[in-house]
Amino acid sequence: MKKSLALLSAAALTLGALSGCGGTQSGTADDPGAADKGVVNVYNWGVYIDESVLEDFTAETGIKVVYDTFESNEAMYGVLKNEGASYDVVIPSDYMISRMIEEDMLEPLNFDNIPNFEDVDPALKNPDYDPENLYSVPYMWGLLGVIYNTTMVDETPTSWDIMFDEDYAGQILMFNNSRDAIGIALKELGYSYNTTDENQIKEAIDLLIEQKPLVQSYVMDDIFEKMQSGSAAIGAYYYGDFLTMQEVNPDLAFCLPEEGTNLYVDAMCIPKNAENKENAEAFINYMCSTQAGLKNCEEIWYSTPLLSVREELDPEVSGDPYAYPDESILAQCESFKNLPADTLALYDSEWTRLMLASN
Amino acid sequence: MKKHYIPSRLFTLLVYIFLYAPIVLLIIFSFNATKSNRVWGGFSTQWYAELFHNARLLGALRTTIILSVLAAVIATLLGTAAAIGFYSMRRRSRSVFLAVNNIPLTNADIITGVSMMLLFVFAIGAFNSSFLSDLLGVRWKTGFGTLLIAHITFNAPYVILSVMPKLRQLDPNIYEAAQDLGASGFLAFRKVILPEIMPGVLNGLIIAFTMSIDDFVISYFTKGSGVTTLAVEIYTMVKKPVTPEINALSTLMFLVVFALLLTVNIRQARQETASARRKAKLNPGR
Amino acid sequence: MKNKWLAAPYVVWMALFVVAPLILVVIFAFTDKAGGITLDNFSNMATYIPAFQHSFVLAIAATVICILIGYPLAYFLSRESLMVRKVAMMLIMLPMWMNFLLRTYAWMSILDDNGLINQFLANIGFFNLINSIFGTNLQYIHMINTQGAIVLGMVYNFLPFMVLPIFSVIDKIDHRVIEAAQDLGANGTMVFRKVIFPLSLPGVLSGVTMVFIPSVSTFALSRLLGGGKTLLLGDLIEMQFLGNAYNPHLGSAIALVMMVIVLVMMAIMNRFGEGEEGVAVL
Repeated sequence: MKKSLALLSAAALTLGALSGCGGTQSGTADDPGAADKGVVNVYNWGVYIDESVLEDFTAETGIKVVYDTFESNEAMYGVLKNEGASYDVVIPSDYMISRMIEEDMLEPLNFDNIPNFEDVDPALKNPDYDPENLYSVPYMWGLLGVIYNTTMVDETPTSWDIMFDEDYAGQILMFNNSRDAIGIALKELGYSYNTTDENQIKEAIDLLIEQKPLVQSYVMDDIFEKMQSGSAAIGAYYYGDFLTMQEVNPDLAFCLPEEGTNLYVDAMCIPKNAENKENAEAFINYMCSTQAGLKNCEEIWYSTPLLSVREELDPEVSGDPYAYPDESILAQCESFKNLPADTLALYDSEWTRLMLASN
Repeated sequence: MKKHYIPSRLFTLLVYIFLYAPIVLLIIFSFNATKSNRVWGGFSTQWYAELFHNARLLGALRTTIILSVLAAVIATLLGTAAAIGFYSMRRRSRSVFLAVNNIPLTNADIITGVSMMLLFVFAIGAFNSSFLSDLLGVRWKTGFGTLLIAHITFNAPYVILSVMPKLRQLDPNIYEAAQDLGASGFLAFRKVILPEIMPGVLNGLIIAFTMSIDDFVISYFTKGSGVTTLAVEIYTMVKKPVTPEINALSTLMFLVVFALLLTVNIRQARQETASARRKAKLNPGR
Repeated sequence: MKNKWLAAPYVVWMALFVVAPLILVVIFAFTDKAGGITLDNFSNMATYIPAFQHSFVLAIAATVICILIGYPLAYFLSRESLMVRKVAMMLIMLPMWMNFLLRTYAWMSILDDNGLINQFLANIGFFNLINSIFGTNLQYIHMINTQGAIVLGMVYNFLPFMVLPIFSVIDKIDHRVIEAAQDLGANGTMVFRKVIFPLSLPGVLSGVTMVFIPSVSTFALSRLLGGGKTLLLGDLIEMQFLGNAYNPHLGSAIALVMMVIVLVMMAIMNRFGEGEEGVAVL
């Protein structure tokens, strides 16, 4: 009798706890008004949205947004690779999207549910990373460059060289993710971002190891604080974020390195097995509306893919040559492409080699 | 004699300054009018106002509280029952089970975290691709459920550790005496055993609750999508541009804990003086 | 009282959620992405020696500093009156109830190059003084983003775990033992060396365990206080599961090696101080 009771309670406990995983959204959708329309689980970069847009979306559609952020494409990839994570919309960058398409991690979109896609700049449609444009809708795009503090840097930098300049030892901030950091070193060495040449990649890491003693810290979004407060003099980040930082610290300036830089597009996709695909498409569509696009653009200052938003923007912004670069600038830029599996493995092991190197 | 104590008291004071300086600074800067954590820009309570409008943080706080209460209560039930069970076992099997019980205690959090993450990923993958998933129309995913399991798992050992000593102190005869006097097994347990081990059970419950509230590493690996605990949310926040709401939150948390500890201690002190008095009355000779 | 079946639910629970996950770690460590059995994850382990070195060196440093601060503190406190002891212990525990990330976060703005310590030193004219004496051009002392800052973070976060067990052991020492030693002619130092210290050793050992294990496996601290420049074991493992280099097989292998090393160290240490099982929490 006691025996069966004990076993029964064991079973009940286990089942009770496990059934918690079965629910669609634990502890999030108890808002009675929103419950009927369901939720959409969104996974975006940190500091990459005007959060009031999420409330607007819920007000308009009745769909509740569960919003999470990631730090880098690679971190997001790791989370999605683990079975059990379930997001309805993710916003990776170009090269990561093509990797995810190759690995069958994305769901084709139903563009009938995304009429606002029409507003997307035709130049950004059918991109290399998604040639038939089946899986992605551009969210924002932009250029990478060097941000520096004019009170701490006397010269006017024009090249990636300054990221490796010993005069600024301890003042340099470097990317804390393999693709971007190795990319900078490859450009400094005059190579392509998308090289698969083992020696070139190793050479890039050797350069980064040489640079390591000069680096103050390896950063992602923590760069905002460090550049704004003047803790560091030089860092590489995105032009849109530079504009945000400059609002706080007017001493900051931006340089587009002459060796060439990264032109990236971050686009909205739906992962395989998303539970709320239609809500996800509604969300993507809403993000492509003029009002949402404008709000986001004026919050994060990245370049918008939406033509109508570009028209509405302050001419000073839409005429900014770095935000909406012309052909001559674009010609200097290169986009990341997905790399073959063995190159990716090399990136991982080489990146670890850099991280393990002594300061 | 007293003079002798001065250097040691100075040392003690310095250690306490070391422990509290950062907290005091967080509290001061929670009232800063600007966003900076370094430069004072005047007094303001705006970050408290913003904290109460920060839906993410408040949501994370609610999840953390619900999670910690549930995990602590379930772990206490599970752990107390287990402690009694272990206590009734023969020594050899007891020591085997206690050794396993000790694993989550001695293992580094990160190992507990990643190992449970592997299990969840594996189990969820297996379930979702099995016929059961289609049959029931359910897809498992990581989330509150996996978090709860993880928290119960690392809480229960603390409960067992705090109940076991109380059981060892029990006089094995009183339970039998109660039964001889006609009490059923359960009644004897409730009337005789339970009151004796109750301090240990409560202590276990409190430890479990604290461990849950404080945990970051294990939650980070097992939380899954769409759910976040306070600690994990703070981790995402400290890597972003400074949000002084964190300072406001720290201040409030500090005050709540301070008030709680103070009440508990004062109550305890009162009880102790009372019982000391009672003892003194009972044994006037001593 | 023969109701050992009451343990059944928990035994099932442990099998599912304690033992099975560890078995999975072992399985993952010895397999590759394709599912085949392999030793590759271990044969490359030599590459990661620097991470093991950094983690163990920093964790040992933090543990030693914790003993050097925590032991005297516990000893001094044990001589105070009951009321002072109670309040002092409460104040030691209080910071532990706040999230460790919050506590670490505060240090970030204290240690910064233009953080509060450097501001303070500049305001009292410290740098001017130094510069005028040595003719240097010192504007700040560099503290953040160093290994020293990581150790400081460990000490700050885990010091209470050292103080509490030592205090609770010293506090329990029977005063008559000390008096007996004094009566037999032992002076203060001798009483400490021959009586108090040996009796308090179990507390030190459990403090060492409680400081060393979280220190050696810490992640996030290196990122927040060390500028991400010193890759510690915790960061290395995290990187393989949720970070920059997704490879749970390698991550499991590293975790397994770390676990074994730590277990062996603990076993050796416990040989020295038999007795005192369990932990002294709260």
